[in-house]
Amino acid sequence: MSTDITASSATALSQALQAGDLSSAEVTRAYLDRIAARDGELGAYLHVEGDAAIEAAEAVDAARAAGSDLGPLAGVPLALKDVFVTEGVPTTSGSKILEGWRPPYDATVAARLKAAGTVLLGKTNMDEFAMGSSTENSAYQVTRNPWDPDRIPGGSSGGSSAAVAGGLAPWALGTDTGGSIRQPAAVTGLVGHKPTYGSVSRYGMIAFSSSLDQAGPMTRTVLDAALLHEAIAGHDPYDSTSIDSPVPVLTEAARRGAGGELAGLRVGVVRELGGEGHTEGYESGVLDRFREAVTLLEGMGAEVREVSCPAFDLALPAYYLIAPSEASSNLARFDGVRYGLRIGDDGSRDLDEVMALTREQGFGPEVKRRIILGTYALSSGYYDAYYGQAQRVRTLITRDFTTAWNDVDVLVSPTTPTVAFPIGARVDDPVAMYAADLCTLPASLAGVPAISVPCGLSEGLPVGFQVMAPALADDRCYRVAAALEAAQDAARGSALLAGIGSAA
Amino acid sequence: MSTPSPKGQLTRDEVAHLAHLSRLAVSDEELDLFAGQLAAVLDAVAQVGKADVADVPPTTHAVPMTNVMRPDVARPSLPRDAVLAGAPAAEDDRFRVPRILGEEA
Repeated sequence: MSTDITASSATALSQALQAGDLSSAEVTRAYLDRIAARDGELGAYLHVEGDAAIEAAEAVDAARAAGSDLGPLAGVPLALKDVFVTEGVPTTSGSKILEGWRPPYDATVAARLKAAGTVLLGKTNMDEFAMGSSTENSAYQVTRNPWDPDRIPGGSSGGSSAAVAGGLAPWALGTDTGGSIRQPAAVTGLVGHKPTYGSVSRYGMIAFSSSLDQAGPMTRTVLDAALLHEAIAGHDPYDSTSIDSPVPVLTEAARRGAGGELAGLRVGVVRELGGEGHTEGYESGVLDRFREAVTLLEGMGAEVREVSCPAFDLALPAYYLIAPSEASSNLARFDGVRYGLRIGDDGSRDLDEVMALTREQGFGPEVKRRIILGTYALSSGYYDAYYGQAQRVRTLITRDFTTAWNDVDVLVSPTTPTVAFPIGARVDDPVAMYAADLCTLPASLAGVPAISVPCGLSEGLPVGFQVMAPALADDRCYRVAAALEAAQDAARGSALLAGIGSAA
Repeated sequence: MSTPSPKGQLTRDEVAHLAHLSRLAVSDEELDLFAGQLAAVLDAVAQVGKADVADVPPTTHAVPMTNVMRPDVARPSLPRDAVLAGAPAAEDDRFRVPRILGEEA
């Protein structure tokens, strides 16, 4: 099986490890070898654990040999987006302001995955402080899409998407503030799920926009995503927005969905996200694949109807006021005092000057733009017209969802209006870059769960299908996504990712 | 509620002022670049003003919660050395900061 290790699903690796067919050290070495061979081109990782990963893997193998009772994730390697703090392991959030920082503690999700016996392969590249849709805002390096190295891997979790799609990790965690899990998953042919806001702990996740940030899985299969999601979910007393309810059973929903029986499921197609009169900016190939997937769902018994959510038209402007406003406040913690960079502290400058120089040199242009925009939107005299108005629009978006749930069980749309765009195409035009998040923003603002699952190729590049569900009904996302995945894999005779080498 | 006219609202001087408030020592080149880009962004986001939000309450958070408590139980904090190890400057077991007064002390 050794030649297939880096093309396996995490679930298959887990089974092989539990059966004793593979050791964690073997699996981990296979991934480290592939990283060594391919990451020079892809640029997915900011830090690779190397020997530490092998040691962790050998410890799991020894525990298994000694008969310890290990969970299903034990020995399975994993990559974490560099936004999660990891004890003793460099963490930058893609920013120069944290270059060289080794955190003194683990994020809750990192601690849970460590306790489950996963092996950390490394930390993946990202747009600086998760601000971006292409990973080009990383202060460190460009990350390339394994389907076409001249194109972006999506963002902000583009290091995670490139790593998993390129076979440099079996799965990874990303974070999603306005689409940063779903959009990179869509453009690299992966499954990516943004959980219900509050259902996964934010403790130790470097904050961008605290009312929106949520961690979630990025994987090769729907079942893998469900398994990883279950491992990180659940109440955390260290996160005051954490929902105190039982961890949902998601793997069961994925298995049931793969059976392909969707009779009675009511599916709403959102008109405002690529429907009639709302196709501007959408590629026809994306809309074609989306409609074919809807037809597939109908064929499995789903009742499909169109649903109008008029406030979704204003999700993009509302988001690009709310997120920068929260960011301008959150990023005030980078003051050059307690951690990270400090510039100009030569005795001649006072604290304010040192802070301003540190932030000038430590932050990249997109971060500065958003801090300035957020500071503006929150200023006296503009607050009501911008931040306040955006918060009221957020209420309208939530109401559109609430109304829709009276008639349908899930809402569906394309995940992104276009396939992966060429590297460099949008870097100088922030407004064009923001349009990549058009379809993912409503679920973010309402805090509802949403998954992206592949629905075929357009011009040789992956297209994503988004399924949104009511808060805490993440299981519906997994059920529908698994049904779609199984039906497409059966029709194609292989998984979408298997075609990655033959892409244009 | 009236929406301020977005076009040209963010002048170069205004961006400079906001940068100062945000403790960002931006360069002249950045000011030129950001003023143009932020005017375009502001033009796009000002569309929120189109919505009729009379009597619509604001949403600050997707999960409505107030006064979240956890048991008031003492637990060990991070070791001082581990915390100071990440600081740009430390002295006498404390964070060392630049002078905080505007004049030479």
